[in-house]
Amino acid sequence: MENDVTRLQASAARRPITMKVFLRRKSTVAFCLALPLILLITFLVVYPAIYSMYLATLNKSMERFVGFGNFQFLFTRDTFWMVVKQSCIFAVTAVLFKCLIGFMLAHFVHTIPAKGQRKWRGMLLIPWVIPPAMSTLGWFWLFDPTYSALNWIFVRIGIDPVNWLGDPFWARFSVVLVNIWYGAPFFLIMYLAALKSVPEQLFEAASIDGANWWQKIWYITLPMMRNIISITILFSLIVTFSNFDIVRILTSGGPVDQTHVFATWAFNLGIQGNDIPLGASVSLFMLPILGVAAIFILRGVNKRGNEA
Amino acid sequence: MDSIVKFSRRRLLAGAASASALSLTSPFIRTAHAAGSLSIGFWDHWVPGANDTLTKLCKEWGEKEKVNVKIDYITSQGSKLQLTAVAESQAKSGHDILQFTSWDAPNQAKNLVPVDDIVNAAIKKNGNAIDVSEYLGKVDGHWIGVPATNGSQVKGPCGRMDLLAKHANLDVVKMYPGVNGKPDKAMQDLWTWDAFLSAAEKCHKGGNPFGLGLGQTTDSVDWVGALFHAYGATLVDAKGNITVNSDATKQVLEFMQRLVRVIPPDVFAWDDASNNKYLISGQGSLIMNPPSAWAVAVRDNPKVAEQCWTFPSPKGPMGRFAPGLPYFWGTWKWSKNISAAKSLLTHLSDRGSIEQMVIGSGGYDIPAYTNLRDFKTWAEVGPPVGVAYNYPPRGEEVVSIAASPAPVAIAQQIYAQATMTKMIAKCTQSGESVAKAIGWASSELEGFMRT
Repeated sequence: MENDVTRLQASAARRPITMKVFLRRKSTVAFCLALPLILLITFLVVYPAIYSMYLATLNKSMERFVGFGNFQFLFTRDTFWMVVKQSCIFAVTAVLFKCLIGFMLAHFVHTIPAKGQRKWRGMLLIPWVIPPAMSTLGWFWLFDPTYSALNWIFVRIGIDPVNWLGDPFWARFSVVLVNIWYGAPFFLIMYLAALKSVPEQLFEAASIDGANWWQKIWYITLPMMRNIISITILFSLIVTFSNFDIVRILTSGGPVDQTHVFATWAFNLGIQGNDIPLGASVSLFMLPILGVAAIFILRGVNKRGNEA
Repeated sequence: MDSIVKFSRRRLLAGAASASALSLTSPFIRTAHAAGSLSIGFWDHWVPGANDTLTKLCKEWGEKEKVNVKIDYITSQGSKLQLTAVAESQAKSGHDILQFTSWDAPNQAKNLVPVDDIVNAAIKKNGNAIDVSEYLGKVDGHWIGVPATNGSQVKGPCGRMDLLAKHANLDVVKMYPGVNGKPDKAMQDLWTWDAFLSAAEKCHKGGNPFGLGLGQTTDSVDWVGALFHAYGATLVDAKGNITVNSDATKQVLEFMQRLVRVIPPDVFAWDDASNNKYLISGQGSLIMNPPSAWAVAVRDNPKVAEQCWTFPSPKGPMGRFAPGLPYFWGTWKWSKNISAAKSLLTHLSDRGSIEQMVIGSGGYDIPAYTNLRDFKTWAEVGPPVGVAYNYPPRGEEVVSIAASPAPVAIAQQIYAQATMTKMIAKCTQSGESVAKAIGWASSELEGFMRT
């Protein structure tokens, strides 16, 4: 019997694979279908990423290889460490609030009867579907240094106007607020999908056992949503760390660099200051840190997936 | 006689080579569109209609020279023009002619075709180029960019005649009248930065403060640069030595500590549109800007526009400096039609073309050449007639750019990082001492020295 199988395998191995057979293979079809995307990512993501790594190893005039010289230089600059601190404050605060608001909104929408839910879902997704460059301009007019629409209301209800974009604290608050406003719907839609996949029987059983609202959240909802929460936070952290448009439009990094994040400072140094290698180094600084974070988070997700 | 000619492969190749050589060495015969095409990236002008004038000038030249001209107008909003220059220099392809903002021409010097022939010929006809154009446009003794008329600007005071007279008892028209008026030299001599501060204090008291941005965009950096020059305060000298720790710098910062008290508290967040809005709204009594703010007021708030008057900057211990921002036209070394590009740039550097551009921009554009300050446009535009007569710097007023005379590579960092306005913010808004602000700037400047 064993010999028969071996013989069959050997004859199959000897038989030439025809084009028809090759194309019939599931993996081939999958590869062919994914090929346009692979090519697109290679040209638009992989190539620029490798090129920017190459740029980061050049001197200012881009004529000499300096290895990690640009990073060594950055580590000696106070402004760089200020940007690192601000980027971390910006990303962590924004992601934390997006996560909380998204979670609450998802629960709120989940409890609405199916008939009216679509309207709410659509309305709550609006901030996320408007191009951020446009919506941030709207926010800029609300925060406008001199003619802020919010200040106009404040003055009429007897509150002192706020220097939204001119005061370092309020400027940081403003950029974080707009980022939360823009990003919270992404969390909402991801969490809503996760909530819908939690079996109702679990909640019913918990109710029979006398679990309260908080216990249901803690012992059923959160464990069931753990993978989605991890992945959403990871994606959002990466996107928020590399945010450019909101800070660029609202404050351009001011006042006195106190709202700069990696991307805006990299643009400022690289394009406006004509130091492309240094700009590339700034933009690449977070790559290893986020890479390690991604490995840990995705490993956790994988592990839980296997356990399930 | 054997009349049959045999065509071997070798013979065919030899024939083809001879034909190619003949076609390369034979004289160029121009037919319609024989001179090829020329792609141009010009700065997208703020003033409505100004692009049309430039298009017309280029098309006329194209028809005469049988060159197909294709123009892209690229906005400087969001640094798009700068991005285009960087992208084209990286890709080694793009437009045959590209317009460069002030610092980008010297930065791209190694990639640009020297244009000494064009600029020297223009200087012969139009007078010397202003110092700031030479500082930016000439690298290692060679012109690498042709001083552009479109977009080149100065940012002197544009004030409200009525409010300055009412609050500060300052008659700006008497001080700097229009074309037919007689300037009051005594008043002009008294027009100093101290007088400016005094007027700012009075206008603030009267409820119409001066609108002077202290953010990180060009309008803010430019006027502060002129103030530094007027006091002789340089951050880095021409040889590349850090000179920020000086009495002159302390003087400027102490002056600004007084001025900041009487201008709006949100000026640290102002961009290039904020000062324009402040004047056009009727709230502000003076801004430092080209006449574009007045031009928009003509459309949006004519009553304000009728009261606007542009005049030279105040003077300081070292002289009177106009905040300048010159632009350049350049041709990449890899351009496919360098001869046509040079021919067009020569055409655009003619007095007639330059005057057309000045007319088209309503007087906004300032030519780089000293003999071209007599165009009628500046005397005639209005209302009020004469509003822009004193806009082009004449006489003692020197056009300067912030961060000069530092070597360009360092000066650009100072300019892009807005080191001067940040120093002011530190010793005013942030409440730090003047010494600490200077110490911070010294540290920043050390970082700009890297090569």
